Amino acid sequence: MRYLPLTPDDRRAMLAKIGAHSIDDLFGDVPKSARGARFDLPPHAGEIEVERTLTAFAERNTPAGKMPFFCGAGSYRHHVPATVDHLIQRSEFLTSYTPYQPEIAQGTLQVLFEFQTQIAILTGMEVANASMYDGSTATAEAVLMAHRITGRKRAVLAGSLHPHYADTVRTMAGLASEIASSPVAPPGHAEDLASLIDENTSCVVVQNPDVFGQVRDLKPLADAAHAKGALLIAVVTEAISLGLVTPPGDMGADIVAAEGQSFGNALNFGGPYVGLFAAREKHVRQMPGRLAGETIDADGRRSYVLTLSAREQHIRRERATSNICTNSGLCALAFSIHVSLLGEAGLTRLAKLNHAKAIALADRLTSIKGVKLSTPAFFNEFTLELPRPAFAIVDALVDRGINPGVRASRLYPREPKLANHLIVAATELTTDACIDAYFKALKETA
Amino acid sequence: MLNTQGRPTKPERAEPSTAPATISGDRGLDHEEGLIFEIGRTDVTGVDLPDIALNSDRLGGLRRKSIGLPGLSEPETMRHYVRLSQRNASIDASLYPLGSCTMKHNPRLNEKMARLPGFADIHPLQPRKTVQGALELIAELSRWLMTLTGMPAVAMSPKAGAHGELCGLFAIRAAIAARGETRHRILVPESAHGTNPATAALSGFTTENVKANAQGCVDLASLKEKLGPDVAALMLTNPNTCGLFERDMIEIADAVHAAGAYFYCDGANFNAIVGRVKPGDLGIDAMHINLHKTFSTPHGGGGPGAGPVVFSALLAPHAPLPRMVHDNSGLRFIEEMADAEDAGLTPFGRMCAFHGQVGMFVRALTYMLSHGADGLKQVAEDSVLNANYILASLSDVMSAPYEGPCMHEALFDDEFLKDTGLTTLDFAKALIDEGFHPMTVYFPLVVHGAMLIEPTETESKATLDKFIAVMRALATEAKSGNAGHFKNAPTLAPRRRLDETLAARKPILRWKPQ
Repeated sequence: MRYLPLTPDDRRAMLAKIGAHSIDDLFGDVPKSARGARFDLPPHAGEIEVERTLTAFAERNTPAGKMPFFCGAGSYRHHVPATVDHLIQRSEFLTSYTPYQPEIAQGTLQVLFEFQTQIAILTGMEVANASMYDGSTATAEAVLMAHRITGRKRAVLAGSLHPHYADTVRTMAGLASEIASSPVAPPGHAEDLASLIDENTSCVVVQNPDVFGQVRDLKPLADAAHAKGALLIAVVTEAISLGLVTPPGDMGADIVAAEGQSFGNALNFGGPYVGLFAAREKHVRQMPGRLAGETIDADGRRSYVLTLSAREQHIRRERATSNICTNSGLCALAFSIHVSLLGEAGLTRLAKLNHAKAIALADRLTSIKGVKLSTPAFFNEFTLELPRPAFAIVDALVDRGINPGVRASRLYPREPKLANHLIVAATELTTDACIDAYFKALKETA
Repeated sequence: MLNTQGRPTKPERAEPSTAPATISGDRGLDHEEGLIFEIGRTDVTGVDLPDIALNSDRLGGLRRKSIGLPGLSEPETMRHYVRLSQRNASIDASLYPLGSCTMKHNPRLNEKMARLPGFADIHPLQPRKTVQGALELIAELSRWLMTLTGMPAVAMSPKAGAHGELCGLFAIRAAIAARGETRHRILVPESAHGTNPATAALSGFTTENVKANAQGCVDLASLKEKLGPDVAALMLTNPNTCGLFERDMIEIADAVHAAGAYFYCDGANFNAIVGRVKPGDLGIDAMHINLHKTFSTPHGGGGPGAGPVVFSALLAPHAPLPRMVHDNSGLRFIEEMADAEDAGLTPFGRMCAFHGQVGMFVRALTYMLSHGADGLKQVAEDSVLNANYILASLSDVMSAPYEGPCMHEALFDDEFLKDTGLTTLDFAKALIDEGFHPMTVYFPLVVHGAMLIEPTETESKATLDKFIAVMRALATEAKSGNAGHFKNAPTLAPRRRLDETLAARKPILRWKPQ
């Protein structure tokens, strides 16, 4: 087997050194009833055979790049520069682990320090951690952090928070606490969240742009939350929006939980992605996850190290701020490299391009009779109301070679009023030809 | 319990560096590299995108004025990250025997397969008929995991081991509630990973420690005493964190079940038994599998991992969303609670958005198909053989708290450093100068000054022999009284020892403009 270097002679010599007669001697503690297990699995295979098998699975999928593609709703198809994928495959990044020995992990540690700074700048916040699993789990961790900070146990979720995120919060943070959700308003309409905030509320969780793509000012909601002693948690699922939309930190957010996939990471059928987590400096000791910090070494040289570990499970155990250990290191690296390549100049161009493509697409599609735009303010994603259920239209368009977006009914199966709604995203990869093809197909189908 | 070992340290007794100063500050291949915020500029970009005029926008008056984010040209970006990478130890470059982490070779075929557009370029909410291959791949990986563990069900969505633990305890909580009971306590051995008690707390349980016996395994009598009607589960790592197989597994499972509790197994050390022992034959109810450990999806400097959880028939009904089903038009996921209820399912909830770490699933299945049933068995055997070879080769000069044989990791304590004035940390740092990544130190907590060495099956005998020779020489030197060498170490790494106390006392967690 090509991955196993020991030869039969090596094994014999090593067993002799150990003083064992056979390998079975080393497994002597396994109960007799569990020995000699049989597995109905094939034997080992060479690269050629394995590659053939995996390719066959892959070929039974239709990649986004094969057809005009407009799906978003928490996962976005952007261009990833070739440099990013080369760099993250360097041995020293790909095959290292959590930087427990900082003297020989300065590469990863400096990357994390830079990543944390980039997140803080992008979100308009003061501090950020070294990543969470993804946006949804970051949101659940944000709710738990708000509970710790306020000593309260009630979270209010916006109905326009991505339903998978809301379910994740209910699951991960719902024990011994109350999760209240506002009813889903028609896409583009504001929900009355302020009236749900009471003296027991720890936080209000609101997504911007929301799951329908609507962009709104969070400041009034932040003020309403703060007036009751609650925190505002802002969720961002399309991180590219931070290049053009007022960041949550400037609108009064206390914690920002975001999905970072849009920078440097492929769609990957939903994972692995990278959770971004930013907060105010005064709350840093309540944050979950790893933090890289600056210090000096014995020769006084600037260096980086994991710090404030007394919050973490390997030190604090049952009193840790979170149970997270492994996070999204390599996805965070991809994010950070892409953001470094862009800089403010590139990100502004990228974000403007996304917005312009979405405007062009929305204008074109709403010129079709019966197709209405539900979200008047948006970044690169908006919601259309179609003249009949989106389910059938999506199905028909896919057969015509167009992936027209995510129907709202897939995320809200029990909301009949959303049956005709379609969530549509455009990015820098959307061409005029894609828009033309979509327009033509929808006009003939809707 | 608070882990007071291995807390932030300051360099002590470090003598000034004797390395000659250079004009540039760089040393040969080791370059000092500034932060991107120091070397980049906000008007520089490494990406050519058209700068369109956006005369009107639809942002509802919320257009951002400025960002303050520096950029780099492409060659500067390349140089920055390549230089940083050269300051990392890695499995590809040297032995990385970090106990409990299974730092094995990462085949590049796995990376190549995960990058096929049919996997990398598909959206989690694309219509099902365009992703049948991905769903089939997840089903196939599920079959491998269920077969290898001998368990009837698996939840694929947890994103890492600790996330899998949470998934397991949520299922246990739901199963207990479905029985109309409430139970509050989770039993955890003192030697457990910190994630175990942290997970128990996060799932609303209190934890209680179970004592170990003199052989480093769970003390069965003490466990039986603690079991009672208020115990929800036992969380036990097997093979355990002392590197030993819990030889009373079946008696432990019987006792746990007799008390009406569930048996959660932490599968962090599955590598030692994969393809040889089915955990399902040992009476467990749930176990997470760290795909980044046993199945070699890379560790990536700290993730991403993946932590699918296998379940017994008792817990399977409570497995979270999404749930895969097969109907007359192929495979699909049940994704929403409302749909699950309509289908008569009782998931406890959802662990994360979408379907889990699918990119890691591709890598894990590639790895499994490459090894096959015979190769995986050899993985377990060689990993255990390598660890025992180290244990046998070092026991006379170091101190092993428990008698061998061990499973896939060899555990030592700091007894052999007694009266030398040296600590486990000093010993580990000296290893850095010798070109090895140190072992896991100060874990498990039940052993004083623990050194946990996990070589994995992908190291050759020649590498192990060199490592053993170095370890023996260092142990001998430590006992000979040459403390200075150890206290000063490392001197040959990109950095000498760091002032961790300073970092924690005055946290600087981001760059700020001067």
